[in-house]
Amino acid sequence: MKKALLLCVLAALAIGSLSANGSQDEMAVEEGKVLNIHCWNTEFQDRFNAYYADKVPADVTVNWVITPNADNAYQNKLDEFLLQQENAAADDKVDIFLVEADYALKYVDTPYALDVIGDIGLSESDIANQYGYTKDIMTDADGLLKGVSWQACPGGFIYRRSIAKDVLGTDDPVEVQKALDSWENFDKVAAQAKAKDYFMLSGYDDAFRVFSDNMTSKWVEGNKINIDPAIEQWIDMTKTYTEMGYNNKANLWSAESWSGAASDGRVFGYYGPGWFVDFCLGPATKADADGENAIGNGSYGDWGLVKGPQGFSWGGTWIVGAAGSDNLTLIKDIMITLTGDEATLKSIATEMGDFTNNEKAMAEIGKSDYSNAFLGGQNHISEFLESAKSIDRSNMSPYDQGMTEKLMNSFSDYFNGTISKDKAWDNFYTSVLELYPNLTR
Amino acid sequence: MHRLVLKRKKSISYSKWGYYFIAPFFIIYITFSLIPLLSTFYNSFFENYRVGLTQVGPEFVGLDNYVQILTESDVPRYAMNTIIMWILGFVPQIVISLLLALWFSSSNLKLKGLAFFKTVIYMPNLIMAAAFSMLFFTMFSDAGPINSILVSAGFTDDPVRFLTMKTTSRGLIAFMNFLMWYGNTTILLMAGIMGIDESLIEASRIDGASSIQIFTKIIFPLLLPILVYVMITSLIGGLQMFDVPQILTKGDGLPDRTTLTLIMYLNKHLFSRNFGLGGAVSTLIFILTAILSVFVYNMTMKNYYGENRNRKGGK
Repeated sequence: MKKALLLCVLAALAIGSLSANGSQDEMAVEEGKVLNIHCWNTEFQDRFNAYYADKVPADVTVNWVITPNADNAYQNKLDEFLLQQENAAADDKVDIFLVEADYALKYVDTPYALDVIGDIGLSESDIANQYGYTKDIMTDADGLLKGVSWQACPGGFIYRRSIAKDVLGTDDPVEVQKALDSWENFDKVAAQAKAKDYFMLSGYDDAFRVFSDNMTSKWVEGNKINIDPAIEQWIDMTKTYTEMGYNNKANLWSAESWSGAASDGRVFGYYGPGWFVDFCLGPATKADADGENAIGNGSYGDWGLVKGPQGFSWGGTWIVGAAGSDNLTLIKDIMITLTGDEATLKSIATEMGDFTNNEKAMAEIGKSDYSNAFLGGQNHISEFLESAKSIDRSNMSPYDQGMTEKLMNSFSDYFNGTISKDKAWDNFYTSVLELYPNLTR
Repeated sequence: MHRLVLKRKKSISYSKWGYYFIAPFFIIYITFSLIPLLSTFYNSFFENYRVGLTQVGPEFVGLDNYVQILTESDVPRYAMNTIIMWILGFVPQIVISLLLALWFSSSNLKLKGLAFFKTVIYMPNLIMAAAFSMLFFTMFSDAGPINSILVSAGFTDDPVRFLTMKTTSRGLIAFMNFLMWYGNTTILLMAGIMGIDESLIEASRIDGASSIQIFTKIIFPLLLPILVYVMITSLIGGLQMFDVPQILTKGDGLPDRTTLTLIMYLNKHLFSRNFGLGGAVSTLIFILTAILSVFVYNMTMKNYYGENRNRKGGK
């Protein structure tokens, strides 16, 4: 009797688990309830919350995993997750991860990134108006598009209007551009600024992107580290600027660098693209961080933007769908809304000041009477239009982030005068080879 | 019957309980220390790293990793950096701690509010090293509060760029380690001093010994084992110096890798998932630590045992 009962119980359990399996299979067609997004700062989160959050289905939780970019921390953490992706529980899998221009290529040619069109289901027309270069970067060896971006990143020189008036006698973008249209002229203005006790640039790394974006060769050829002449130019210019006292010796992203933009700051200008204006410099100029984005709050509004001596682009963030995600429909909708939808992209541009990834919308805003409060009412989108078209990122490599970071750190000693140039190169190679053991000098 | 019971009792061994009680330590030691130690050693013979998302190796390369580290890298330099910064912090630490411990435990001075002072000097150790380092990074930055004070007080016209110079960077790291650990050392030394029989000190005082004589002839010799313990633990801690310089110098040991410690160097390899080279560096650090510890122990304890032996011989 007891045995019979036990058998019955076992049978019931078996049937129960069978049916449970069955219902799980049906569940797989449904979307997951957790959307895991991996990124390195709150830029995308801000845009997501402002322009998409209310469209997320009520039963889906958005889980942000934010790891800072510096020292490869973000990539290392993301790599761990991606390598575990197959074995992870559905709700723990990476659904969306963001990549930056400096290391986008590391992920493009891997099976971890989903094909935007084939796998996620966007149509060509959804992304037809996006800038070509943003798509070229994310296209893998087989011609598949692996990620989409909401922004294009042409850069300009963002100058302090009051200082320009003092040094050049004008703060009109057209006149300022005339004064800064070549490196020789830029140097001349730097000397004039110095004479009036201003710093032309904030620090060592400020002009770096202007040179590195105009590189004519890649950082790594085969497995050999390659130094482009543009990098040498940056080193020479920065050394001269430091010796002449044209810069404030600050390191990029440091508190000193930003304090040069405060209301009593002495820095003439910063190089940067659209996201730099709204996400970095804008907030840094405000005396009251929580205060209004308005003239009178620190140096907010006392800025203008010109193309500067040389066109360049800097950065860019792409949204990538991760293989193994169970939220494909949601990812598709996020991608379409945030990178394809003209109305959303126009709002991001006009409300946040970012230069967004839609040629048509940007051209329209460029012609409109849009004015940016931070840039003293200037329509900076129109300043960017021309350079956006000519962005060429064909010399990117998967190693750019490590190279940039190690170069800046090694050469800050040289600019500080503590070591010779040769020693700085030695330190650079040592650090890079520690980071990428597969490369050779 | 009675005899039988006795016999049975005799056969019961209580010694096994001893093994049960020490078992947890050995189990934890083997899983968390010995196995990782051996696997580190094992890993050091392989080429094994990751580039992007592609794994290279593991492939057996014999002693190649050791050869590469000893010939191509600057490991001796990083070892010197570490030791210099440890000594810079340890010397003031032991002097001040010894002085404070003597005052705090002196039956002659009878200081008041000891509990308060003991807590206060221990405080810096409670702050996370990374946070402490971040605090110093901000305080001593070019536009930081220390520089504002120096400039406004008229000591200097231009801000002192502490973190761009070798001496000031190393000095700051040593100073931070000193601040973090002198409280801990003081408390250890106090325990040692209080373990010394008070009657010895009183007797010598009655015999007319000066404070200095009491210290050099009685306290110091009897305190030696504790001092050696403090020295060796501090040495091992010093060789493992990592979080303070890592945060203060952006992980690159700026300026010119002069503040790059051995563990920071190890971290660089582990951060790029280079387990082969990382293993080799770890093994070398292990050997170095062992040699230095034995050296310090023998050098200082020779006196202690020497004196004890003499005393016995005298009897």
